[in-house]
Amino acid sequence: MGGSMKAPEKEILGTKMNHRHRPKITALVVDDNMVIRAIHHRLLKDLGIENQVAVNGKEAVDVHSSGQYFDLILMDMDMPVMNGIEATRKLRAMGIHSTIAGVSSRSLEREKQEFMEAGLDDYHEKPLTADKIVSILHKISNHSG
Amino acid sequence: MERNQQLRRQLASMRQSLFDQGHLDEQFILLEELQDDANPNFVEEVVTLHYRDSARLITTIERALEKSPLDFNKLDGYMHQFKGSSTSIGAKKVKAESTQFREYCEAGNGEGCMKTFQLLKRDYATLRRKLEAYFQLARQAGPNEIACRPK
Repeated sequence: MGGSMKAPEKEILGTKMNHRHRPKITALVVDDNMVIRAIHHRLLKDLGIENQVAVNGKEAVDVHSSGQYFDLILMDMDMPVMNGIEATRKLRAMGIHSTIAGVSSRSLEREKQEFMEAGLDDYHEKPLTADKIVSILHKISNHSG
Repeated sequence: MERNQQLRRQLASMRQSLFDQGHLDEQFILLEELQDDANPNFVEEVVTLHYRDSARLITTIERALEKSPLDFNKLDGYMHQFKGSSTSIGAKKVKAESTQFREYCEAGNGEGCMKTFQLLKRDYATLRRKLEAYFQLARQAGPNEIACRPK
């Protein structure tokens, strides 16, 4: 699993991303699993990305309804109360243009397709690695550029 | 000094055996790479979180397996959550058994589910015990001893 990034690479990437496009990239980690939230929070923080967590899709929608904005949303598929597919649809309907990357342990193409059609910009299988996050971050820079 | 070196050798050996015996996979190494001076106990914290979370799921699955008839959709849902958490700490054997359990759920095979669950609980308990011993030794050995990447 190619998940490692050397510290200097992370720093250069963080500087490049932040310097060229906006003061600081922000992210929202949406996952009902506390272990995944802790890992993804740490991965993002390690890359210099300020991030918050939400425990389900409804919380993610509510935090946006309160006026907050994030450059990147990491959206889990299977969550109680409101799942990732429904949350993604709602956020897009609200006019949220953030980069939304679906994250799931499901591997069926059909399930992935349904999630993508809800409005994702990207999709990755869990668990995320630093390399996967970097590839997602490049989509943010493409959106901004 | 010599005692410390002995502890570190013991720690490295303990860690390597977890991989050699198939209990852990490369995801555990990813967690180690996220550990640094600012977060010196990150791996132990995440593993502790996992065991707190997964213990609840184990109990839930046990109760669900006592019901008749079995609700395979519910069982699959619980195991999906359990598998996700186990995968995130690199629990290789437990992850494989979770996958097997879900396959039995899909096939509606209650006996298969129960047998696999017993194996899963055994390996889950074994890994938990080994990791607890590992972290205890790591604390004795001192900081910066957990992130030892295999050559």
